[in-house]
Amino acid sequence: MPSLGADMDAGTVTHWLVKPGDEVHRGDIVAVVQTDKSDIEVEIFENGTIDELIVPEGERVPVGAVLARVRGVTSAGARPREPEPRPAAAVAVAPPTSPPTPIHHALVESPLVRHLAEHLGVDIATVSGSGLGGVVTRADVEHAAKAGADRAVPPSGAARRPPSSPYARRLAHELGVDLDAVSGTGPGGSVVEQDVRRAIPAAVPTQRPTSEDRQHAMQRTIGALMARSKREVPHYYLDTTIDLSAAAAWLERTNLERPVAQRLVMAALLFKATARAVARVPEMNGFYVDGTFTPSESVHLGIAISQRAGGLIAPAIHDAEQQSLDEMMNRVKDLVMRARTGVLRSSEMSDPTITVTSLGDLGVDSVLGVIYPPQVAMVGFGRVRERPWAQAGQLDVRPCVVATLSGDHRVSDGMRGSHFLTEIDHLLQEPEKL
Amino acid sequence: MTSDEARDLMRSVLRPIAPEANLDDVVEGETMQEALDLDSIDFLQFVTGLAEATGLAMPERDYAQLSTVEGCVQYLTSPH
Repeated sequence: MPSLGADMDAGTVTHWLVKPGDEVHRGDIVAVVQTDKSDIEVEIFENGTIDELIVPEGERVPVGAVLARVRGVTSAGARPREPEPRPAAAVAVAPPTSPPTPIHHALVESPLVRHLAEHLGVDIATVSGSGLGGVVTRADVEHAAKAGADRAVPPSGAARRPPSSPYARRLAHELGVDLDAVSGTGPGGSVVEQDVRRAIPAAVPTQRPTSEDRQHAMQRTIGALMARSKREVPHYYLDTTIDLSAAAAWLERTNLERPVAQRLVMAALLFKATARAVARVPEMNGFYVDGTFTPSESVHLGIAISQRAGGLIAPAIHDAEQQSLDEMMNRVKDLVMRARTGVLRSSEMSDPTITVTSLGDLGVDSVLGVIYPPQVAMVGFGRVRERPWAQAGQLDVRPCVVATLSGDHRVSDGMRGSHFLTEIDHLLQEPEKL
Repeated sequence: MTSDEARDLMRSVLRPIAPEANLDDVVEGETMQEALDLDSIDFLQFVTGLAEATGLAMPERDYAQLSTVEGCVQYLTSPH
């Protein structure tokens, strides 16, 4: 059972997506686990063959329990297969350096089918599934490969239903929408995300009703972690007010030319500036475990997302410092949507190296966060609002934001923290370079 | 579009963004962001949904009008 955040001590396997004998590859989703906070898709971090599923569906086990055994780890290339089955400890922990996995995937029940598709050169995203709930089966892939060979063009699946994006299909599956009944408004009549959203039957709740028990459990687990943080982590706090006039003007100009679906919000600029500043002040980015701080080479930026009904979740945007603003914006939108109505990935939950909270939209000027152990810093942004701004003897009115840092004094100090917040400020003065 | 159709559209666009939100809870003059706890990402998704359904460009300068229920209904029911 992987630790999907430091506040998790147990989880329930709700679905196995593999069975003994299935070949699995690093990054495959093998199970869905329910925690007090969310449903998480668990990825595997080794190549091999599933030997045995140890924990049955529906059973709650503590973090660290072996869920399954994987045989014949093949990631080491020429190395001979290990004779003994090895415990799938690899299922349990997502290494912080794990590469980001693609967000959108076709509804594929079995990794075997995915591999078959790879083998046959079929783009699985273009295959319409005939299995239960639109799942792509082996027969579908073989059929698509054959059709593709016959026509010498990639199969579009257009014969039976309008084309649809992989995300639209996934969303349709999650929300219980019948894609055949949806009329598409995308290019060529294709079904896009919004078409699916509009087709949600009014009577069907889009979110599984969250039980009060689960809410309480979530509050308890968050409370326990925050208590531990306040007990063990010597927090120091800094704040600075940042002039956002350059960023706001750039944003306005940029959005003017864009259709609404491609527009950016200020939060994306704030997150990107944070990720880049973190990359330059490594003491803010990493894990403090057993008296030792290990900085992370990449910035996996945790984004605190409120779950409305109560509760908070902070999944990661991987390699945030390397993403363009547009990529960052799309990732944030995707994470927010999935945190509220869908499912998150185990790697997203287990490895943020620093967290950002942007409570500002809710109206407060600043937020001083509690650090999520084993992380060592939490950045907060308040509401963007106009303030009087004195500069060079002149008084002006400018859009401003209060940026705060909660830092871990075992790893950094006020000087380094100040350097970090100042760096965020500098980066936001040249938004076109973000 | 009639104002009833406009409200229906707003509800259907809002549903996946904020399943528990109820437009009837928003009092006149209050913004939906305040009343329904929509952050900037949620509001952008809301406007995106309206724009895709209506084909209107909905530039940012119109966001202020779109942020109240009555402003939004008026916007959707007016010829553009």
